[in-house]
Amino acid sequence: MYLILLVLAGIFVNNYVLSQFLGICPFLGVSKKLETAVGMGVAVIFVIVLASAASYFVYNLILVPLNITYLYNIAFILVIAALVQFVEMFLKKSSPALYQALGVFLPLITTNCAVLGVAVVNMQNNYNFFEAILNGVGGAAGFALAIILFAGIRERIEYNDTPKAFDGFPLALVAAGLMSIAFLGFQGLIKL
Amino acid sequence: MGNPIKIIKNGIIDENPTFVQVIGMCPTLAVTSSAINGIGMGLSTAAVLICSNIFISLLRKVIPDKVRIPSFIVVIATFVTIIQFMLQAYLPALNDSLGLYIPLIVVNCIILGRAEGFASKNSPLDSAFDGIGNGLGFTIALAAIGLVREFIGSGTLFSYPVMPEAFPHTLLFVMAPGAFFTLGCMMALLNHLKNKKKSA
Repeated sequence: MYLILLVLAGIFVNNYVLSQFLGICPFLGVSKKLETAVGMGVAVIFVIVLASAASYFVYNLILVPLNITYLYNIAFILVIAALVQFVEMFLKKSSPALYQALGVFLPLITTNCAVLGVAVVNMQNNYNFFEAILNGVGGAAGFALAIILFAGIRERIEYNDTPKAFDGFPLALVAAGLMSIAFLGFQGLIKL
Repeated sequence: MGNPIKIIKNGIIDENPTFVQVIGMCPTLAVTSSAINGIGMGLSTAAVLICSNIFISLLRKVIPDKVRIPSFIVVIATFVTIIQFMLQAYLPALNDSLGLYIPLIVVNCIILGRAEGFASKNSPLDSAFDGIGNGLGFTIALAAIGLVREFIGSGTLFSYPVMPEAFPHTLLFVMAPGAFFTLGCMMALLNHLKNKKKSA
């Protein structure tokens, strides 16, 4: 039960994008079209779950035994960069169709702070392996949910007559603010 | 290039990382619930940016082109770790309120962007000025957003109460949605001023 709640909390209550501001760059940058938003969402789920697992092993099997946990930041970012590169190469060879769909988003994910953020949160909360993975699943699903909903809203905004000064980013930010208010409604729903 | 004032002004005004380039949004939105936090985050990022710019510029002829991005990231992550230790030692209160966002300076696109776009092509001195300019531009933007949110949200400026007791505290502005609204409205205001200037 606790584990299910952990996932749900990641998606709704502690939504990484709307209440913790992680991964805002792709959230604003790749959300103009619904299709690309779905692609980005799926790619991020994939990478975050893998990165949660990989950073867990690196932290507990390498950094802790060697007593160099203070290097976690450097280690995690290297793990993530290597992982993204690896996933890209693997997809290119094994599944060209999926690579075509996700390819452009993969390099961008290295600098998606949600990925590093999840790894750091897992470490700070001393999550065990399953908790770390599920926190990754929840956080990533929350990111995907937010970016897909947001892209839907932005597609609608596109065809409306809006004040000139608000064109583009300002309006997108206000829309994100309204979404964030909506997600505040989930606050207190789950207490861990 | 080579004119320090021009390079610094370019970073603060013409290519302001927050309002013009719209990068490094995560810390911009996350830690600006008060002016002090905004300035603390801005200066920490600026310190990392200046150090990494100088260092990457010094190494620009040594780093092979193919592995330059991972090399940049390692340099940046090293300086972030150093800054994090210094904050923990000398400014523990600020370190606590910035929390998770200090290690996340690594993935701030401003720093990697300047490394790739400026430091890897220019001399160390110019890169240092570029770091100062962009760092200050970022700090000013964060401080401005922080001031507005703190003022509307809790009626204080730099934690000093400036409004009468009866001033309604709009808590929403200290919480997540307020960050989006404040930045959106400030950008719209700047756009409006720019449009006016163009048509005049």
